[in-house]
Amino acid sequence: MTYLDHAATTPMLPGAAEAMAQQLGAVGNASSLHASGRAARRVVEESREAIAAALGARPSELIFTSGGTESDNLAVKGIFWSRRESDSRRRLIISPTEHHAVLDAVEWLHKHEGAQVCWLPTDSHGRVSVDALLACIEEDPDDVALVSIMWANNEVGTVNDITALAQVCTPFGIPLHTDAVQAVGILPLDVTASGVDALTMTGHKLGGPYGAGVLMLSTDVSATPLSHGGGQERDVRSGTLDTPAVRGLSVGVQEAVVGRTERAARLAALRDRLVDGIQAEIPDAVLNGSPVDSVVAGGPGRLPGNAHLSFPGCEGDALLMLLDARGIECSTGSACSAGVSQPSHVLLAMGAEVERARGSLRFSLGHTSTEADVDHLLEVIPAVVERARRAGLSGARR
Amino acid sequence: MNVIAAMSGGVDSAVASALMVEAGHAVTGIHLALASTPDASRIGSRGCCTVADANDARRVADVLDIPFYVWNLADRFRADVVDDFVAEYAAGRTPNPCVRCNERIKFAAVLDRALALGFDAVVTGHHARLDAGVLRRSVDVGKDQSYVLATLTDRQLGLAVFPLGEMTKDQVRQEAARRGLLVADKPDSHDICFIADGDTRGFLGKHLGARIGDVIDDQTGHVVGQHHGAHGFTVGQRRGLSLGVPAADGKPRYVLSVSVADNTVRVGPGEALEIGFIRTGAPVWHTDVAVGEPLDCIVQLRAHGMTSPATVTPYEHRTEIALHRGQRGIAAGQTAVFYGGADADVVLGAARIETADRVLTDTSPR
Ligand SMILES: Cc1ncc(COP(=O)(O)O)c(C=O)c1O
Repeated sequence: MTYLDHAATTPMLPGAAEAMAQQLGAVGNASSLHASGRAARRVVEESREAIAAALGARPSELIFTSGGTESDNLAVKGIFWSRRESDSRRRLIISPTEHHAVLDAVEWLHKHEGAQVCWLPTDSHGRVSVDALLACIEEDPDDVALVSIMWANNEVGTVNDITALAQVCTPFGIPLHTDAVQAVGILPLDVTASGVDALTMTGHKLGGPYGAGVLMLSTDVSATPLSHGGGQERDVRSGTLDTPAVRGLSVGVQEAVVGRTERAARLAALRDRLVDGIQAEIPDAVLNGSPVDSVVAGGPGRLPGNAHLSFPGCEGDALLMLLDARGIECSTGSACSAGVSQPSHVLLAMGAEVERARGSLRFSLGHTSTEADVDHLLEVIPAVVERARRAGLSGARR
Repeated sequence: MNVIAAMSGGVDSAVASALMVEAGHAVTGIHLALASTPDASRIGSRGCCTVADANDARRVADVLDIPFYVWNLADRFRADVVDDFVAEYAAGRTPNPCVRCNERIKFAAVLDRALALGFDAVVTGHHARLDAGVLRRSVDVGKDQSYVLATLTDRQLGLAVFPLGEMTKDQVRQEAARRGLLVADKPDSHDICFIADGDTRGFLGKHLGARIGDVIDDQTGHVVGQHHGAHGFTVGQRRGLSLGVPAADGKPRYVLSVSVADNTVRVGPGEALEIGFIRTGAPVWHTDVAVGEPLDCIVQLRAHGMTSPATVTPYEHRTEIALHRGQRGIAAGQTAVFYGGADADVVLGAARIETADRVLTDTSPR
């Protein structure tokens, strides 16, 4: 099996799986007052401190959640509700390339809660500029509830200069939330230095467990809870903590961050070979997103493990199926619940045509990727593309 | 063989796929997403392409341990089936969207794509037999679907596999249950899949607009009522006429003809629906015929309609059908399917009805 879909989820690191399995055998509700409870609580707090250290945040800023989707919803809805209540602010400033966990939360607030949305323009790589953000804020700074811009895009891998964008928000006292699901453990990232007020991360994209994540929420920013109950996690996220998942997450984050520089360099080299190899075999294949050697804020301008390409005349669905049949796993971008692929909203926001969006594939490398994976892909891709081209876009159009 | 199985999420395609897997073929399950708007595929409608149906199909594929994908053919389906359906009604004809879907989607768009991608054939759960290229009715005559497959060309049929033809529907359900497939007792879908609430007239009204017109008594020429658009009526229809003036003889009245051009519906007694002579458009033949040589056969004129002995005369791009027994409620746009063979279950050919006439020509069997 050649697994080239690490941006969807990456295998758990053995250390994280082991720590989690060990904790599964221990009893204890982290809110209980007796010894078992205290033991569980200790695991949670040690994990919180370790994750905070790895992210450059303070432990008191971290809220454990069920993953990226919940963290994004909590940040977007929670901060919007809170700021609307305190200051009657209604505007959300959002990048159109966000993950659906942000996009759909924003659309929902617009439809049901009277939120007004300012969609930021992006360049053809999907990057948001400081000037665009400033212009959008200045339209009516006192009405802005929240800005949400992702650190790195999950489809095309484009990295935003979050530190510079946060500096735009700070003088206006406007909180900036960033979805850093794809960035943690891959890009240089220091929460405090970046100046963000809220940051989403999730375990299963970096070698930690599924269904476990964090919302870093500055203690200066309040968020209205999505669910009410026992008042755990600063009263923002009620519910008995999943101690084994929290422990697994902590080990995953630490290992990912510790090995980051080395892994990023290795993945970038593999990815470059993959992209060069594909373009040598299929000269009209187009790399979408930021160039592989682009630089943002002194770091990579594109996620090192990301290769997102359009194959003119092919349909992404057909390519995916043909590759799957040959043991190569990748992705076409966003899939809705029925598995019907829609042309990627990210590519469309970048100004790509529908055909180009439909004819694209994302290959994403991660900690278990090898040269052999790239070899395998390069070996089969010419024939697969040729076949898909023959099938053409016939299914999609007349 | 390396085949695509079209998996709707229903019991028939589930068992058809299972039989192919068990026969040793390499099967890839495909669910066709045909609803145009994402919302339409989200509502828990009775249609054939809801998210729940896609999930049912996916679960069957899991159990069979075969790859499974969703193919989005919504654009083609809308253009080739839904828009055609509306246009046909607008032109005063009564289309059969399942025939059209088989001709244009399942055994055209899907088949072409499957072949281009390296597959050998398309498998469906239709109830029909296909032996050595010969299309026959299912052994379960009540569930037989050869009618909606009859206009496929020999090339299309040569690339199709219908594994269920020798089974009754009950047997199909038993086979599903025996394999632990949860769709075993899923109800059959009956309605037009893209009209989720079953309200065809409401659907047409929305697409074609309501326009008040007259209902005319065919015998007296008098206006006996009003309607909201002639396109909402089908020849042979009796219900929903809401006529102000009762018939002189007190007998029920039926729609005899529909003219969308002048937005009128003509009604009359049941006897007046009796049709004896039909002209069709270009036929598809699965047997050797000679132009101008009459052929005795059994003809079926509606998906669930009665059959009648008939004499068909093939011409270059049309046929003429003389029915030996009058038939009621024959509408232009429906398909005439010709059956022959010892058991009158072999599909000889098919063509679309263009005009239907009351004259019973030569009723003597030849
Ligand atoms: C950028 C981004 N945000 C949010 C999510 C959702 O995270 P989770 O799967 O943990 O809910 C993902 C993963 O699909 C992602 O890539």
